[in-house]
Amino acid sequence: MTFNYQQYLRNDNLPHIWCPGCSHGIVTKGILRAVDSLGWQKDDMCFVSGIGCASRLPGYIDANTLHTTHGRALAFATGVKMVKSNMHVVIVSGDGDSLAIGGNHFLHSCRRNIDMTLIIFNNNIYGMTGGQTSPTTPFGATTTTQPYGNIENSIDAVNLAMAAGATFVARTTAYHVTQMDKIFAQALAHKGFSVVDVMCDCWTAYGRRNSFKSQVDMLERYKDNTVRLEKWNKMSEEERAGKTPIGVFLDVQRPEYCEEQHKVIERAMSAPSEH
Amino acid sequence: MQAFDNSRGIGARKANFTPGLKLMSGNDAIAEGALYAGCRFYAGYPITPSSEVAETLAKRLPELGGYFLQMEDEIASMAAILGASLAGAKVMTATSGPGFSLKQENIGYGCIAEIPCVIVNVMRGGPSTGVPTKPSQGDVMQARWGTHGDHPIVVFTPDSIEELFWETVRAFNIAERYRTPVILLADEIIGHMRERLFLPKPATVNVQNRRRPRRDAGDYSAYQVPRSLVPVIPDYGEGYRFHVTGLAHDETGFPTNDPAVIEDQILRLHRKIDMGFNDIVKWEAYDLEDAEIVLVSYGSSARAARAAVTRLRASGKKVGLFRLKTMWPFPEQQIRKLAKQAKAIVVPEMNMGQIVLEVERLAGGACPVIAVNRVDTEMLSPKQIIKAVKEL
Ligand SMILES: Cc1ncc(C[n+]2csc(CCOP(=O)(O)OP(=O)(O)O)c2C)c(N)n1
Ligand code: SF4
Repeated sequence: MTFNYQQYLRNDNLPHIWCPGCSHGIVTKGILRAVDSLGWQKDDMCFVSGIGCASRLPGYIDANTLHTTHGRALAFATGVKMVKSNMHVVIVSGDGDSLAIGGNHFLHSCRRNIDMTLIIFNNNIYGMTGGQTSPTTPFGATTTTQPYGNIENSIDAVNLAMAAGATFVARTTAYHVTQMDKIFAQALAHKGFSVVDVMCDCWTAYGRRNSFKSQVDMLERYKDNTVRLEKWNKMSEEERAGKTPIGVFLDVQRPEYCEEQHKVIERAMSAPSEH
Repeated sequence: MQAFDNSRGIGARKANFTPGLKLMSGNDAIAEGALYAGCRFYAGYPITPSSEVAETLAKRLPELGGYFLQMEDEIASMAAILGASLAGAKVMTATSGPGFSLKQENIGYGCIAEIPCVIVNVMRGGPSTGVPTKPSQGDVMQARWGTHGDHPIVVFTPDSIEELFWETVRAFNIAERYRTPVILLADEIIGHMRERLFLPKPATVNVQNRRRPRRDAGDYSAYQVPRSLVPVIPDYGEGYRFHVTGLAHDETGFPTNDPAVIEDQILRLHRKIDMGFNDIVKWEAYDLEDAEIVLVSYGSSARAARAAVTRLRASGKKVGLFRLKTMWPFPEQQIRKLAKQAKAIVVPEMNMGQIVLEVERLAGGACPVIAVNRVDTEMLSPKQIIKAVKEL
């Protein structure tokens, strides 16, 4: 039976604003399948985003949804989650939104280990504003603000998340949908702060400018450019050149922020009042 | 994980409030006022001279079942309180000049998305990092116009510890009733000074909560506008599923580019505060009945102005004080009227002249308007005001 996406969508708000060929749609569907596999109820879900093409996603989902300011989704989400800690909070964010303007909140959300999931729609570019350099634009790639080729080194969101203290860290691509579904479900179910870096494509602002022949061409490069983590770990330095590992990099448990805060409250409330 | 919903201040113990006469600092009075008003969520980033608000709440909030968060910066703090408010809690953040600047984008978000919250700014010397430990009143226009775009704002300027406490309670009540951010503009002097404060019994304090839609509401739409012009928005996770955005939106809460709808929204934001004017705006008239010279002042400068009035009266001068307890919206009609009655208006403030511009505009030449300013970070003295009045 085909999957019924409509049941999770605000069909009155469609069609979406995304360009034909944008992979944001593929990733959105992956999220909905993961949610469905976990049996989450719509009333118990909160989707939060910042600003950018990816950040329009919550508007299309029939749940509690919050479209905030550029880069600040994680901080808004933290407030929601603290007060309603029984809600499932999922943050969807572009690479610019989460790693440039929102970089500080990214680090500290990882460190705090609050039970939420951040899904990074990593298309290597600022899509919404028309193709400027993002922190994940590859060295040498052409953008509207690096017309001579990008001379900045890019951020690896996976390494950053692990270093900062996230307790679940994974990377997948818009091409590997079976893996994507599995990883999303794992990330959403994980207790603690989980980060999924999803390699995906912006044909309009990145692909055309960087001599890809078609959207399909862009997607298919992930077949050759990525390697499953298990295999990656056995590869030599030379074999790894030009390739990116995908899979689950980290899945551990550490004290979760809401639970720790509730313990503080219990301690403070049972202490004899000094007031 | 254990389900924990603390949006309505569940678990607050009476024993955690100790009514009676206290000696308290301004920053502590703000913290206590917030707790009485039902604040159960605070997020902030430390900055002098506001840090004691955070420190006191870090201790007090958990005792009442509430949450305290030290965020990574002021932008995050402002964002976190907005999220927490949408989830149903009464929320506050406190900061000072540099942090206040950082919060502005998200304060604007609170205005357009109509999210109740209280922002405390204990002003210090500026610009930039300026003079952290000394007072100023340099953020008056930033409080009004700090965000981008056209929206009204509510700003309170208390001048004593007792008033800080009560105006903090009122700030929450107004924020909840009009679904809007409310700014409490204090300064280093009243933040750090200590005065008597009579803490009331919690049950005697008028605490207002935002109106939420009833569970069985049929064709429910998040930003549907009732006659009060204040939409009734539910909390996240209560069985309504709604969308909130900082983009211009229609009644459903979803973005729109329709010029008429956008105009309607901006006008309504203004109108809902206009309609509440008499409820929101408060001032103190001190010796005004027969005053020929009117001082218009606020916050710690108004303390000096009151002392100046007393001394000038003793020497036979007919001077009075119009003290702004609410700065924005501005009591325009009242100032217009005073300008017609008075021989002159004198505006003492600890900046290069900010509110004086508003007074001048409203006086419209009906009487001279004189500024008395001080920016060396020392408190404006009654003497300086008296001198200005005598030179008229
Ligand atoms: C404070 C602020 N700065 C800049 C912008 C303009 N802006 C909107 S979206 C965006 C970048 C979006 O890129 P990304 O986060 O990678 O998402 P994508 O559009 O590629 O999905 C920028 C810079 C803004 N809205 N707010
Ligand atoms: S601009 Fe790029 S990221 Fe945005 S919708 Fe179009 S293809 Fe997708």
